[in-house]
Amino acid sequence: MITGLDAVEQTRRILPRPRIRLELGQSSGIDMTAPQTLLDKLWSAHEIRKRADGASLLWVDRHLVHEGSHHGFAKLAARGLPVAEPALTFAVVDHYAPVRDRDHIADPDIARMIRTLEQNADTHGLRIFGLKDPAQGIVHVIGPEQGLTLPGLLVTCGDSHTSTHGALGALAFGIGATEVAHVLATQTVWQVKPRAMRITVEGTLGPGVSAKDIALNWISRLGTDGARGHAVEYAGSTIRGLSVEGRLTLCNLSIEGGARFGMVAPDAVALEYLRGRPMAPEDAVWDRAVNTWGALHTNDGASFDREAQFDAADIAPTVTWGTSPEQALPIDAALPDPSRLPDYKAGAAKDALDYMGLSPGRPVEGVPVDQVFIGSCTNARIEDLRMAAAVLAGRRAQVPGQVSPGSALVRAQAEQEGLDRIFTNAGLDWVQSGCSLCVGMNGEMVGPGKRCASSTNRNFRGRQGPGARTHLMSPAMVAAAAVAGHLIDVRPMLEGRI
Amino acid sequence: MAGWTHHDGQAISLPLDNVDTDQLIPARFMSIPRAQGYGGHLLYDLRRDEAGDLRSDFPVNRWPNASILIAGRNFGCGSSREAAVYALVDAGFRAVIAPGFGDIFAGNAVNNGLLPAQVETDMVAALTAATPGTAQIDLENRRIVMGDVQAEFALGDAARTKLINGWDDIDLTRAEAERITAYRATRAQSAPWVWPG
Repeated sequence: MITGLDAVEQTRRILPRPRIRLELGQSSGIDMTAPQTLLDKLWSAHEIRKRADGASLLWVDRHLVHEGSHHGFAKLAARGLPVAEPALTFAVVDHYAPVRDRDHIADPDIARMIRTLEQNADTHGLRIFGLKDPAQGIVHVIGPEQGLTLPGLLVTCGDSHTSTHGALGALAFGIGATEVAHVLATQTVWQVKPRAMRITVEGTLGPGVSAKDIALNWISRLGTDGARGHAVEYAGSTIRGLSVEGRLTLCNLSIEGGARFGMVAPDAVALEYLRGRPMAPEDAVWDRAVNTWGALHTNDGASFDREAQFDAADIAPTVTWGTSPEQALPIDAALPDPSRLPDYKAGAAKDALDYMGLSPGRPVEGVPVDQVFIGSCTNARIEDLRMAAAVLAGRRAQVPGQVSPGSALVRAQAEQEGLDRIFTNAGLDWVQSGCSLCVGMNGEMVGPGKRCASSTNRNFRGRQGPGARTHLMSPAMVAAAAVAGHLIDVRPMLEGRI
Repeated sequence: MAGWTHHDGQAISLPLDNVDTDQLIPARFMSIPRAQGYGGHLLYDLRRDEAGDLRSDFPVNRWPNASILIAGRNFGCGSSREAAVYALVDAGFRAVIAPGFGDIFAGNAVNNGLLPAQVETDMVAALTAATPGTAQIDLENRRIVMGDVQAEFALGDAARTKLINGWDDIDLTRAEAERITAYRATRAQSAPWVWPG
């Protein structure tokens, strides 16, 4: 059994490498032959100028906006400015999207938020993926799905999970409302270049272990600020073996470990995923793009400010037990006992256990859940739904729950594959696409004191509703919890099924 | 946004790690136009008890005129919602002092004139011990004084310059119009796929 204390010990073994790049930094702008990281290449390709104080003016290739971007549009309107590049700006209804009965939005505030985005899109001539659009969905699902996200592009969005798009070799990061207004007005953004960090994972993941588990594992070991100030490049044989869907999940969760940027060098898997997508280039332009993208990888000998290595064989299905994504443990572990933790962790652990209604030292497995949720920009792609369905096929959920696919196209594909019937036969609701119960903006919430097994990204206090208790885990683990009515290891339930 | 170099104000302590942006302002308040003010929604759930009444012992309730908040590590982690900064600014805060900040939060703070002052953990503890009390912040010299306690804070040059000058980025960037136009032309040549079909 692995305890919280062991996780602390593991952290001590992962030491940052010396910061060699600080010495190299001055010359690397001049010496083009110096080995470069993927971050270096993506950054320099978008740098219009660099100020003496260190801020770079970067060109933005894709700006994605959603209902929450209303502050940014309001700032633009206050100045009477147009959108600089409407053809590079895409609007998506997701954060406030109802996932049931879209023709009757009862809450006037929610209806107003959606209407405001529609009006802004109309005013500025933006392509909008609205509620009735057959390609509507969560912004970080439909960007890659549509081929809007491409290797080498700089992607911004007023949402911290924009790091998702880095899975295809894009430089993608979340921005605030002032920056949203700036990108709308100028198609550029001022940023100070982050430090470079590489997380390398080697080996083969066990059955039932997924990208979600890789992410929760590294965040639990390095902390939610473990990669703060850094852009994370994921590398190693385990990462190369992940599908694009898995890489999207991994890069999505970078921000939960403090990194505003996550990225994976584009390879044949990425190209195969992108070819033929609606907005991906075609024919000769595709060939030319592929040729350019071939350079988008970290050169041998390039140095990182920080490195961390993990072994895939050490990663078990992982669940969070507290109110921060770093408070995560393998399913076969026991909850920490604050009296045995170092001082700097004990207070937070005690507060978290109190909030979550859990007793110190008890096994993670067996914690009863009241409901389940499968969805979000983290884990609602077709592969996620297939894994959950593999667990649920022929079984009944002991608790209520809902499955919200990442996009209308994912929903259509799942229905074509019969996954929707597996979910509904198990007793779960099959609903439409949006951020839904991950962020609690569309009116759906988990009730006070209720415990939800969730395939989402944040277990913060009140994230799913005031007093709600969230346990983060993979979609397969959520499905397992639904069947058992409590947290449980999915691996035995998948035997003979995958 | 007005620039500033010095600030004297009442400092209070919220000694919690990982105060995330969902704590700073829960999602359900984010559809409100800024003109209505976000200050009343700051730490909305954390500052209330189970009956929904304000907790009299909660620092932000006890010292409503405070303008400097001293917090634990990784303050403002989580979402990109600038509303978290609006809530602090509208409640009267000019600076947050912590061992570290979420990267997006720190950028948003600077864009709204709020100083994210990164201070070594042991010095944060020393400042916390001196709360509640008056603190003096010297932005130019990156220094905080509270009684006998003097602490240096880390802040990048770009952030410091912006806070001191109260720069508006859109105005600054419009002076770069020629460079942007030239870059765009090069980009359209070298990567025509940036502009979809």
